[in-house]
Amino acid sequence: MAILEAEHICKSFENTEVLKDISFSLEEGQVLSIIGSSGSGKTTLLRCLNFLERPDKGVIRVCGETLFDSKDPSTMQEAEIRKKRLHFGLVFQSFNLFPQYTALENVMLAKELLAKEQPGYKARKKEIHEEIRVLAEELLRQMGLTDRMNNYPHQLSGGQCQRVAIARALALKPDILCFDEPTSALDPELTGEVLRVMKELADQKTTMIIVTHEMAFARDVASHVIFMDDGYILEQGTPAQVFEHSHEERTRQFLSRFTQG
Amino acid sequence: MELMLEQMPIVLRSLNVGFLQTLKLFVVTLLGAVPLGLIIAFGSMSRFRPLSFLTKIIVWIIRGTPLMIQLLIIYYFPGLVLGVPIWGGGEGGRFLAAAVSFVFNYACYFSEIYRGGIQSVPVGQEEAGLVLGMTRSQIFFKVTLLQMIKRIVPPMSNEIITLIKDTSLARIIALQEIIWAGQAFMKGSQGISGAIWPMFFTAVYYLIFSGVLTVLLGRLEKKLDYFR
Repeated sequence: MAILEAEHICKSFENTEVLKDISFSLEEGQVLSIIGSSGSGKTTLLRCLNFLERPDKGVIRVCGETLFDSKDPSTMQEAEIRKKRLHFGLVFQSFNLFPQYTALENVMLAKELLAKEQPGYKARKKEIHEEIRVLAEELLRQMGLTDRMNNYPHQLSGGQCQRVAIARALALKPDILCFDEPTSALDPELTGEVLRVMKELADQKTTMIIVTHEMAFARDVASHVIFMDDGYILEQGTPAQVFEHSHEERTRQFLSRFTQG
Repeated sequence: MELMLEQMPIVLRSLNVGFLQTLKLFVVTLLGAVPLGLIIAFGSMSRFRPLSFLTKIIVWIIRGTPLMIQLLIIYYFPGLVLGVPIWGGGEGGRFLAAAVSFVFNYACYFSEIYRGGIQSVPVGQEEAGLVLGMTRSQIFFKVTLLQMIKRIVPPMSNEIITLIKDTSLARIIALQEIIWAGQAFMKGSQGISGAIWPMFFTAVYYLIFSGVLTVLLGRLEKKLDYFR
């Protein structure tokens, strides 16, 4: 069964249609890359999945559970949305780390706040805090940040910040981890270290949706590629299908700029 | 000169009493206006139009008229016009009226500083909190608030220094703060009259007090320097 199903997603801002009837599905452990030029609706699609935007139409299902249905207002209650968001993690282009917390605290914060809501938290307070700290340290170690845990974001490079942000998202164990152009704010050298970490996550069968302009990365790491143009999914399939045997002229035109260079 | 030295203990005792009242008004104003300002800031940022409109009108009126007039209106209006002297007589009543005027007035100024501070925190911070499953109040208290405080410390310091000196406006309703105490010796009090130097002395009190606050607020600013 598909871990994620999105059906007929539509979204407009004012009078601009940004998403026009988007449908796709994703299997557990797969990596989906969404490519396309700026303004094609990729970021809006990710934001809809994370409930930062509300689609005008469509259905979103995770593991068969309907998280959002534009025909069913009961799926749009604020308190419920908060829980539903936890199915997804999101890594932003601009990191959005919390500047007043260290790398470690950034990774721990949300998990601790959630733990506080559990019954019996008070009795096991110390223990739970310790568990979360161990988990956060382990994640940062995976990200290659062992000696950076107690640094504040402004003391870290962009690549390090983005890896902290990935650890922060992973700490909540989302079913699907989304990346919104995670390397677009980084110079080529720092891009490499972030892509390496993402490649490792893909190898560990982390289910991911990656909006990216890194075509080589999309081709090599993704199990599935979607090419978006002007709010539509113009093409989707395996990397080989999309990159080497594209049906649409528009796809070839878009890709030619990358393959030539 | 000799006379002045002779009068000094009497004058200082009086000025100390006056300064205590100044200090009390200062502290009460801060304690009231700091939280009230936040409520007003949320009011003016509310998405519920009538509320934000009403709040903005109130802020406009309070910031657009002299505090001295507000003091006069708040102190005299209930008694003289409505015939209900809610403040009661005496120093206690005058202090209460002054405190209410100052809290309202300063809360309005603070609210605008807060609004600027809140709006200058990037929207990405809130979004990051949301996707991490945090509630809006958790995001405000755990993420936004400290960043906002860091940004508003310099403008707030400015307002707080101004407040120290503004407390002297309460003289207009005869609150017995330090200016009132100094002035008493010009008119004649405790056997001293026609002395202007006690008034000059009050300035030293203000100067020392604002100096201490400048140092404290500077320290707070430094303390928040650990992040950007």
